[in-house]
Amino acid sequence: MSREDPPTNAVLSVRDLSVSFATRQGVVRAVDGLSFDVGAKEVLGIVGESGSGKSVAMYSMLGLVRDANVSISGSVRFEGREILGLSDTEMQSMRGGEVGMIFQDPMTALTPVYTVGWQIVEQLRAHSDMTKKAAYERATELLAEVGIPDPKSRVNHYPHEFSGGMRQRVVIAMALSCNPKLLIADEPTTALDVTTQAQILDLMGRLQATHGSSIVIITHDMGVIAEIAHRVVVMYAGRPAEIGPELDVVRSARHPYTWGLLGAVPRADIKTRRLVTIPGNAVSPLEVPTGCAFAPRCQYRMEICAQRPPLRGADDHLDACWLSDEQRLVIRSSATVRGES
Amino acid sequence: MLRFIVKRFSSAVLVMFTISVLVFLIFFATPGVNPASRIAGRSASPAVLRHVAKEFGLNRPLPIRYGLMMFHLFIKQDLTSYVNIGDKIIPQITAAAPITLSLIFGAVVIWLFVGISGGVIAAKNKGKFIDPLVMFFGIAAISIPVYWLGQMVLLVTQGGLHSSIFAWIPNGGYVSLTQNPWQWALHLLFPWLTLASLYAGIYARVLRGELINNMNEDYIRTARAKGLSERRILYRHALRCSLISIVSLFGLDVGVLVGGAALLTEVVFGLQGVGWLTYQGLQNLDLPLIMGCVMYGAFFVVLASAVVDVLYAYIDPRIRVVA
Amino acid sequence: MGEIEESILAVEAITLNAVETAMDSDSPWRSSLHQLRRNRAAMIALGVLLFMVIVTLLAPIYAHDIAHDNPFASNLQGRIKIGNHFRSVMQSNTQGLGLGVTPIGPTWHFSKYLLGADELGRDVFARILYGGRVTLLIGFSSGLICITVATVLGMLAGYFGRATDWIISRALDIVWAFPIYLLAISLSVILVTSGLDLGIIHIGAGSLLLPILIIASVYVPYVARPVRGIVFSLKERDFIQAAIASGASDWHILRKEIWPNVAPSVIVFFPLMVALNILTESALSILGIGVQPPQASWGTIINDGLQLLYTRPWVAIAPGICIVIVCVALNILGDGVRDAFDPRAKLRGSI
Repeated sequence: MSREDPPTNAVLSVRDLSVSFATRQGVVRAVDGLSFDVGAKEVLGIVGESGSGKSVAMYSMLGLVRDANVSISGSVRFEGREILGLSDTEMQSMRGGEVGMIFQDPMTALTPVYTVGWQIVEQLRAHSDMTKKAAYERATELLAEVGIPDPKSRVNHYPHEFSGGMRQRVVIAMALSCNPKLLIADEPTTALDVTTQAQILDLMGRLQATHGSSIVIITHDMGVIAEIAHRVVVMYAGRPAEIGPELDVVRSARHPYTWGLLGAVPRADIKTRRLVTIPGNAVSPLEVPTGCAFAPRCQYRMEICAQRPPLRGADDHLDACWLSDEQRLVIRSSATVRGES
Repeated sequence: MLRFIVKRFSSAVLVMFTISVLVFLIFFATPGVNPASRIAGRSASPAVLRHVAKEFGLNRPLPIRYGLMMFHLFIKQDLTSYVNIGDKIIPQITAAAPITLSLIFGAVVIWLFVGISGGVIAAKNKGKFIDPLVMFFGIAAISIPVYWLGQMVLLVTQGGLHSSIFAWIPNGGYVSLTQNPWQWALHLLFPWLTLASLYAGIYARVLRGELINNMNEDYIRTARAKGLSERRILYRHALRCSLISIVSLFGLDVGVLVGGAALLTEVVFGLQGVGWLTYQGLQNLDLPLIMGCVMYGAFFVVLASAVVDVLYAYIDPRIRVVA
Repeated sequence: MGEIEESILAVEAITLNAVETAMDSDSPWRSSLHQLRRNRAAMIALGVLLFMVIVTLLAPIYAHDIAHDNPFASNLQGRIKIGNHFRSVMQSNTQGLGLGVTPIGPTWHFSKYLLGADELGRDVFARILYGGRVTLLIGFSSGLICITVATVLGMLAGYFGRATDWIISRALDIVWAFPIYLLAISLSVILVTSGLDLGIIHIGAGSLLLPILIIASVYVPYVARPVRGIVFSLKERDFIQAAIASGASDWHILRKEIWPNVAPSVIVFFPLMVALNILTESALSILGIGVQPPQASWGTIINDGLQLLYTRPWVAIAPGICIVIVCVALNILGDGVRDAFDPRAKLRGSI
């Protein structure tokens, strides 16, 4: 993949996105030089610990970071059109219309005082000139499509009358209501129990196939990535650590941080059931090292890690680590990496 | 919803019963106080005392005494004053009620309007010049005695300036709504403003806090992600949810308003409503009058807060199911 | 009047002691106090409050040694010397028919009828100083009594649950549903005119204890309900459950585990309650059922001023300003205490 020219079929194309906040303690670079593309009908996973800047990156490009002290630079093209710096009204018609969003906690994502139907209709009518009646019919169809039983009566129910999983289905129905080209899902399954998680991921997979939307799914869970993503961006401390096709990243991860993340997946198929965690805490955004951000926690740290590693690699699998291919081979053949099974 | 209303009003009846028992105990069973001589007044003759004892069954068991009190208050409504001998109390209260209701109604309209718009403006301009102003007004509102504010308003509007810039203000008194709506509003304007200004400050401050909290809620982010305009997000989502706590606060304040602030406002402005009647009762130690005003006032408050609760359930669907 | 002075000092001492003991025991207290100390608005408010307390405590010194008058005796024939002129305290009306007398207006001389006289020719400024002692005493002591009783009730109801909770909660509900002022009026009109006689205890009709107790009792649910709620949720927490499981006595758990977690909210409530109580006291005094003569409070002086509103407005203006200053200070201090100790503490859901 060429780093400069976005592929012509890319729905979303991000180049060198940086987001920083001016705080009393100094400037916080929440996102630092992030670039990736999302192709048509592609599912891109962005993975990292909390605080890695993955959500901020997506929110900021859609104008959802409403902080007077934020500054955003770089380029974000949606269907070839630059969207950074769009006016509020232009952004509004894009949000909910061409880009749908799903959030982490379905329990709080819906306004408690309106029926779910009202809330879907509100979005439909904000982006089209549907009549109220037609919009309600469409809302009922959408609820049926996301697998809510008895949608005709449920459309008039309030959010608190639904379970967590059902509410997330409502949120998905809402996000898809205007047939968006791109769906951004921020930890859509984190707040749900394991069975419901699987159902929701399954639903998203099916809907993606029928609606043909591209999806960016933000998660800290490599399991979710393995389940649904085609390609993966691994982020650490606001910077991309590794980018590549899902199979390559999961099967032959190249960055020590990715190894850690893979080890941190609680896996049902491993008998030991031991929860491996990455030693140390995520780096404070105020004290990101000038060199490799992961170096302080990395067990393979070298002298050169005091300099910032470039994002490089073969074909479409890139990583930002100073380890040579030979060193990685040695490390991966020893038993320390648990990502491989 | 209907079940909720029935439930809420039956609990209101229960509350009214306990309040009446409490009033009864205070007026008729306070240790060390002879109720007959309290009711009959300071220099009552033995004959009057005997009459009072018979009327309220003062030598009969407590439940019968309670029943007699309620009978005179609500069923036969023949409670009489022993200070202004022969004056029937209940007709006085019903005659005074429209004045009190007018005062409260107008004040509530102004206070909710000013309070809500003040809160919205402060929240919208968080951190700007107007915001601390509203905040300070909120502090002032819970620190100013309402009757004193009323006196200051009187001093300004009826004092030296009455002959010049405030010449359009009537010299006090009351004109009923049916008689002349314009004069009704004009006579009540400053009492309304006095009463409303304090509550408006409190409500603006509370609403500001609620709005700012609600604007950080997840559902506001969802609303933005839906592509709604900021205006719609503020009014249809954040404000709509913030109104829930405003209404619940309102339910509590109705009681404080009717029993306290409205009473004092009537006294200061010389509006002859139920509060003014209570004041007269207190000045003359006219116990039957005070008892009547307290009981009718308290019952009104209980019913009014039941109505507010129904309104509350109407705007917060979560309550309907729980109840 | 020495009695009041001692009482105010005693109340202050109790409050200070409570804060100091709390400070010794735990470090969160220290950091909260530190945060409060850095809150400039709250510190200014505290300064204003202390100033008002000290000034009112100096009332006898002012009356005896500076103004040389007795603000509790009528002085209809009195004459005062201003510069080289003598003026009557009560002046014949010059307007209208010339009937009746009007008290002297503000002289703006610190030592003589600074704010003028009331209808009985008494020095209004000296009366405001004395009235402030009564108002502050009632505000602080009823606040202290109310919060103590409410905290005990709330903790018992929340901790023991079941029947204890049912009884306490129902009792609180009744008082809560009764409009505050109507309840206070009912209690006052009976008690303030005939006193309270409970066999062993007898409280005279004019005693300041009556308004203190009445005001304290009507606001008990305001504090007891939130305290009960806090204790209820605390009981679910692991450390309380562990203490119960370890067989610690109820008294020990209440004192060592529950109280330290309830105390921050209670401390937040205190200044707010005092402000509320001062306003209630003055309202009752206005209605004639609060502080009884010969005692004066800011409320009764405002009431005196109602008669003189258009001729001698300062009689009503000055005590009102005092109430506003003290209550604004208490509310700003209360906000500061809330921010420092327990940002979620809410009295009656609003203030």
